Amino acid sequence: MDPRLHIIDKRLQDIKRIIAVSGGKGGTGKSSVASVLALALAKEGYRTGLLDLDFGGPSAHVILGVEGLFPEEDKGLIPPDASGIRFMSIIYFTGDNPAPLRGKEISNAIIELLAVTLWGELDFLIIDMPPGMADTALDVIRLIKRMEFILVTTPSKLATEVTKRELAILQELRLPVLGLIENMLTGQRAGTAAKVAGDRTAFLGSIDFDSTLEHAIGDVDKLLQTGFAKQLSLCHPFK
Amino acid sequence: MHEWALAESVITAVVDEIRLNNIRKVTKVDVKVGELQQIDIEIFRFALENVMKAYELVLDSDAVRIEIEKNILRCEVCGKTWSFDDASCRPGEDEAEAIHFIPEIAHVYIRCPECSSPDFEIVKGRGVWIEAIEGEH
Repeated sequence: MDPRLHIIDKRLQDIKRIIAVSGGKGGTGKSSVASVLALALAKEGYRTGLLDLDFGGPSAHVILGVEGLFPEEDKGLIPPDASGIRFMSIIYFTGDNPAPLRGKEISNAIIELLAVTLWGELDFLIIDMPPGMADTALDVIRLIKRMEFILVTTPSKLATEVTKRELAILQELRLPVLGLIENMLTGQRAGTAAKVAGDRTAFLGSIDFDSTLEHAIGDVDKLLQTGFAKQLSLCHPFK
Repeated sequence: MHEWALAESVITAVVDEIRLNNIRKVTKVDVKVGELQQIDIEIFRFALENVMKAYELVLDSDAVRIEIEKNILRCEVCGKTWSFDDASCRPGEDEAEAIHFIPEIAHVYIRCPECSSPDFEIVKGRGVWIEAIEGEH
């Protein structure tokens, strides 16, 4: 018997809302949406946590410019404060090294992190989800109950087709989907994501492709000044 | 003190088992602790006793048995089998500390001693596991 599975609910019990930011296709800006959403909520005074579960390509720490932090040990691991966010990631343990993990091992590492992380009381826990709907994402869905999903897509046909399938499986699993955000809009294929949302889920809005975002990576003050952050603040569902 | 979190998971599992199977008295809890996670057994045992009190779980003093499970790693590429405590491939102190928190981090810092691949399976001795819970109904 795996005892860790019995403690995960307790570890998350004082969190009011758990928001999974997911995108079926890589490169849609899921991590940027998750990180900047967490920053924005923290700035609005919400007690906010951010959990980077994209173990294959963790990047929230790069977006937030997290360096030199490590969880405090006190009957578990307490996520350190990163720009007002309680931030947990596998990078505290891997450093800058690659983590060549198979799917089963990623799931096992996620279970470990969920079992030992002491979040305390939070209004929001934002989760940067593993990409796709393979075994790791399914394990996260199994382990973290009460997750509400925000899907991030680009207008690209490739991304919207994958998002359509992810939306279908989430709804088949009867998981709450708060809606769909269209990222990196360039004018081409405008409205594609809204069609995907259709009457299946809410279309939360579009965010234009923002060439200034790259220069703001790692600097939270600059991040919050970007057009990306300003448009995200208009389309996220917690206004 | 990350051992406390793992001890709490063990006690929570025992409490769940009591509730699920209407156990009146737990007589045996066999806990295996994988060598790879390098748990401090004294801290772990101390934490178990204190968490039991916090959960108002009363067990005989010898009911909880902790056994350290030898670690076995097997390379997925060349098939070589070896162990974490083989001196030739044991990682440094900081790396071992990271593995202590998440045993899968072994893939970051350990390589197959035969072919240097990071693609190996943790066959045995990963972390904390409950082998058996027995009780009277």
